[in-house]
Amino acid sequence: MSITAAQVAHVAALARLDLDANASARMVTDLSTILQYVNNLGKLDVDAVPPTSHALDPQANVLREDIALAGLPQAVAVAAAPAASDGMFKVPRVVELS
Amino acid sequence: MSNLPTMTDLTRLTAAETAARIGRGEVSAQEVWDAYQARARALDPVVRAYLHLEPAEFAQVDSHPDPVSGYGAGGDGVPPVPASNVLAGVPYALKDNMSVAGVPMTCGSRILAGFVPPYNATVTRRLRAAGGRFMGKTNMDEFAMGSSCEHSAYFPTHNPWRLDLVPGGSSGGSAAAVAADMTAFALGSDTGGSVRQPAAFCGIVGLKPTYGLVSRYGLVAFASSLDQIGPLTKDVTDCALVLNLIAGHDPLDSTSVAGAAQDYRAALVPEVKGMRFGLPREYMGEGIQPGVRAAIERSVAALCEMGAIVEECSLPHTEYGVATYYIVAPAEASANLARFDGMRYGYRTPHAGDLRQTYDLTRSEGFGPEVKRRIMIGTYVLSAGYYDAYYLRAQKVRTLVQQDFAAAFERFDAIIGPTTPTTAFGLAAKIDDPLQMYLNDVFTLPVNLAGLPGLSIPCGLSDGLPVGLQLIGPHFGEPTLLRAAYALECALGVRNPKPPIQIPDVAKGGATV
Repeated sequence: MSITAAQVAHVAALARLDLDANASARMVTDLSTILQYVNNLGKLDVDAVPPTSHALDPQANVLREDIALAGLPQAVAVAAAPAASDGMFKVPRVVELS
Repeated sequence: MSNLPTMTDLTRLTAAETAARIGRGEVSAQEVWDAYQARARALDPVVRAYLHLEPAEFAQVDSHPDPVSGYGAGGDGVPPVPASNVLAGVPYALKDNMSVAGVPMTCGSRILAGFVPPYNATVTRRLRAAGGRFMGKTNMDEFAMGSSCEHSAYFPTHNPWRLDLVPGGSSGGSAAAVAADMTAFALGSDTGGSVRQPAAFCGIVGLKPTYGLVSRYGLVAFASSLDQIGPLTKDVTDCALVLNLIAGHDPLDSTSVAGAAQDYRAALVPEVKGMRFGLPREYMGEGIQPGVRAAIERSVAALCEMGAIVEECSLPHTEYGVATYYIVAPAEASANLARFDGMRYGYRTPHAGDLRQTYDLTRSEGFGPEVKRRIMIGTYVLSAGYYDAYYLRAQKVRTLVQQDFAAAFERFDAIIGPTTPTTAFGLAAKIDDPLQMYLNDVFTLPVNLAGLPGLSIPCGLSDGLPVGLQLIGPHFGEPTLLRAAYALECALGVRNPKPPIQIPDVAKGGATV
């Protein structure tokens, strides 16, 4: 099966990717080839097969005691941010003022 | 002086041999460090294995201690790691997706250019606590997505056996650095073959441990149900030595398995009499390079001569492994890479107006083409209306792949076959054909889908290039694999093979440090 340019644009928007015309055209070709290949899986009858949820035998849920532990200090946590101010991440305006 | 090893000789030694010599006082940790640094500085301008090389000066004290506070500091709920002097000053390199506090980590991506992580990966803490010396961070396909190292956003790495060939990937920098004696050993990560395939292409030993045996804490996630850290070493003994140091339960990784690690050096016995090996016919069919087939057949004959039993078997869903993997892994990657949004770390576009544009442009400018391709596939197969047809179906076929192996392990102690269908391919040979690049991993991907251990060892040459032999075992069957690999290493006489690359060749080429 092949994928359309409109589908690529929709998926790119979901994935928060901005593809220019060249990249979109290339993506249509590449994704069509790859999806055509993975459609081989349609040849198998898997109705009665349980899906894998974990690579090992089912593991018990992993919990720890509910006690507070030290995390990264605030200054360290924001040190790698592209923009920070007063120990906080600085981001573009989210809510427009009316 | 004459009976002491020269600088170059020192770098030819394995990690275990080096640690023993330091332990006996024949050489110092500083001499070893200086030798590896000198060689890396002379060779790496042409091999290009390192993204970050530590300063040449030998640090008398550890230059990268755990941070004084926060995760990794101990005393705040972070468990201590075992301390020893097993490595005694032996240098190691890390793939650039494992965190060393204070050292830049890029994952081979522009989106993490300049990023400096604030804490150490558990494997980093463990190697340091065993007396290892951190040499540097190695090149990789961006976010470990690739089989050639050509998808690094920075530069391609070259195969030390022939510089016009790829070293494999995605842990290609680690494999090339070990093969060219620019480090005593390295760690890589393996999501679909990313330790074993470059080990095969570079003529070294590479292990993908059982899922859950080695902590993933501090490893940047690609596909969380498949990722596992493993050693790339010069011989099988070093593989066991390094696995001993990095295996073990870690409360900081919820998929880490308790009580599974053991002393893997006890498995180093050259004795395979009565052991049963399955040779899948799907692994020896068409598409296998004749020289690869011949090297595997010689290895099978060697096992039989030592009294092992090798029988043909079938893993009937092998042909579906690549398709299954290229749904499951991108699906997980598209979720894991959603965190790169330009807000908390890494690159942020200077070209955006509003928030949405900041996300879109940051990711489009920061990610390379292969990463975008995988994010797109993953987002597509998880999107409304397609989940059942792709992701759910792939997870069901994944069960069939696991059942193939489970049935085989009722008859056999291990599976044996080639690691890859061919020896190392040329730079630029497959870069424009993603599907051909993916098919290169046909024998390694199923092992990750099933969470099994897989070990690649060099088993000979084909037209002057290394051939990798893969042993696959049941969950936590690492001792069986190491034992068979050790026996083969002894029988085949292929141990710590050296590529023809020489420092004088490089110097003649006008390389500068």
